[in-house]
Amino acid sequence: MSLTPMPHPTPANPVEAGLTASLHKSFVSAGRDFVLDLNFCAAPGFTILFGASGAGKTTLLDCVAGLLTPDSGRIAVNGRVLFDSKDHLNVPVAKRGVGYVIQELALFPHLTVQQNAEYGLAHLSRAERSQRVAAMLQEFRIGHLRGHFPGSVSGGERQRVALVRTLVTDPSVLLLDEPLAALDAPTKSRILDDLRRWNQAHRVPILYVTHSREEVLALGDDVLVLDHGRMIAQGTPHQVLRAPVQETVAQLAGFENVFDAIVESVHEDRGTMICRLGFCRAEASGVVIETPLVRAEIGSRLRVGIRAGDILLAIAAPVGLSARNVIAGKLLSLERRDMMMAARVDCGVEMKVHLTLAARDALQLEAGREVWLVIKTHSCHLMQR
Amino acid sequence: MLIDWQAFRLTLELAAVVSASLLAGGLPLAYWLAFSRWRWKFLVEATVALPIVLPPTVLGFYLLLALGSHSPLGRWWQALTGHTLAFTLPGLVIGSILYSLPFAVQPFAAAFSSVDRKLISTSAILGASPCRTFTRVIVPLSKPGLVTGVVLAFAHTMGEFGVVLMVGGNIPGVTRTASIAIYDQVQAFDYRAANAMALLLLVLSFIAMALVYGLNPRGLNRRRLNHGEWNQVSRNRAATPTAPVE
Repeated sequence: MSLTPMPHPTPANPVEAGLTASLHKSFVSAGRDFVLDLNFCAAPGFTILFGASGAGKTTLLDCVAGLLTPDSGRIAVNGRVLFDSKDHLNVPVAKRGVGYVIQELALFPHLTVQQNAEYGLAHLSRAERSQRVAAMLQEFRIGHLRGHFPGSVSGGERQRVALVRTLVTDPSVLLLDEPLAALDAPTKSRILDDLRRWNQAHRVPILYVTHSREEVLALGDDVLVLDHGRMIAQGTPHQVLRAPVQETVAQLAGFENVFDAIVESVHEDRGTMICRLGFCRAEASGVVIETPLVRAEIGSRLRVGIRAGDILLAIAAPVGLSARNVIAGKLLSLERRDMMMAARVDCGVEMKVHLTLAARDALQLEAGREVWLVIKTHSCHLMQR
Repeated sequence: MLIDWQAFRLTLELAAVVSASLLAGGLPLAYWLAFSRWRWKFLVEATVALPIVLPPTVLGFYLLLALGSHSPLGRWWQALTGHTLAFTLPGLVIGSILYSLPFAVQPFAAAFSSVDRKLISTSAILGASPCRTFTRVIVPLSKPGLVTGVVLAFAHTMGEFGVVLMVGGNIPGVTRTASIAIYDQVQAFDYRAANAMALLLLVLSFIAMALVYGLNPRGLNRRRLNHGEWNQVSRNRAATPTAPVE
């Protein structure tokens, strides 16, 4: 690494690349209160907003676009402040230079594809306008639809028109709210290709809301997981999808093993943490496991969920495994449930393990036997207490 | 001469001036009614709707007071022109505008508020000023509602009687409109002339109504459209005939 000092941006006007937002917005309504409380950075490129409906994804986009005003906070794009509650600054929607394709697309039904695409370019001369739009329509392969009305083109074509209409304005940040939700897979992937190509040339921050895991994997540089208005995880699609980093109570309900745990150490370089299980008892157990990394401080309390079917059971101390957690214990009981065996193992905490009937016969398992449990790091699911 | 063409022409002129004025003045008012979030807006809405239920004589009576030489408006007009507003065509125009106000403004406002809000916010996101959004998105998508409002205002002005009688009196060539002429003819037992004029008004009114409903063919079926057809909805949804019931 070079030791040359980095040129510091002037403190008075620090240049922040990408979108930075910290915002708080609460909706009070009879029966259901909702609070959006977020703090995040989105670098140029795709940032996926992932989460159940009602998690606050669209509310977040509306705040960035200026359709909703946060109660407090700050939103800036590449150093240009769009909203700052401290300075009472709130740039009007029309002046934000934000591109926003909403789920319903909102194509103007009384304007042709060409007129729709030109809508955001009123400041340009007629010639420049139609030249830019023609090029972009061509790039998105809908040049032949120029004279059609939105009502007479297909769903995929409408999505393209909406994208073109927004992209042609050269937005400084792009907000896409499930723009491809209604499309079949081949159409979707073709549009995603076009979008990715466009973004390689423009490199603006793109907030992309989706429910689809495929889209997350196809597009994501970075994934933000939202739940009830809060960010519960941020990471690469691989991290976030393979091990849903922090689960909600409902998601963890199906886990046979749920333990209280305390974070002992955090290894950001490896993307893991070490947690000690069972702190609620008088003395914490001796069981220490490696789990995926979540945003948690050393000493903070979490809950760890492990599926009984995700645990391997061995009758001798295993060696040469990739799995990070090998725990010795004693088989307490073994019960047959339909076509599988449910074992209870005491290893400092009581762990439930599911086995096949064949495994029981091969290992000649019986109560009282010494066993080893093998648990992969990413089989440990974490949630906040 | 069977039909009092002078009265008929005056009626058409009055209706044309009134509906043109209501188009000009009613658009901003309707825009405000459709989009304002002022908490006391309902009071303005009630005021605009008042002529629907108010007896024309009541409206006419207060107008007469307001236009007469004892009111500031009447005095100002008198200073300007040398005569009072009452019993003149300009006075009649003012009275008719007020009396037909809800018939224009309510369809306008209904059409504006049924424009998909997402189209309006999308227009703003694409950099359009409220004015450009109004002319490029809201007005084009409200066209049937705007035509409905203008046609209703025109037809309603043609048929008004009470306010005209109170404010305008019955001066041939100045304030005698078609409906007053019919009343006169009946008073004079000239049923043939009354019938001719009445039939003419009946036909014109029917044409106006046919125009209104012809412009809103799917008005009553709107609810059947589901979400997926939003595109068609926003094209068709423009004002249902919200003709106030008299």
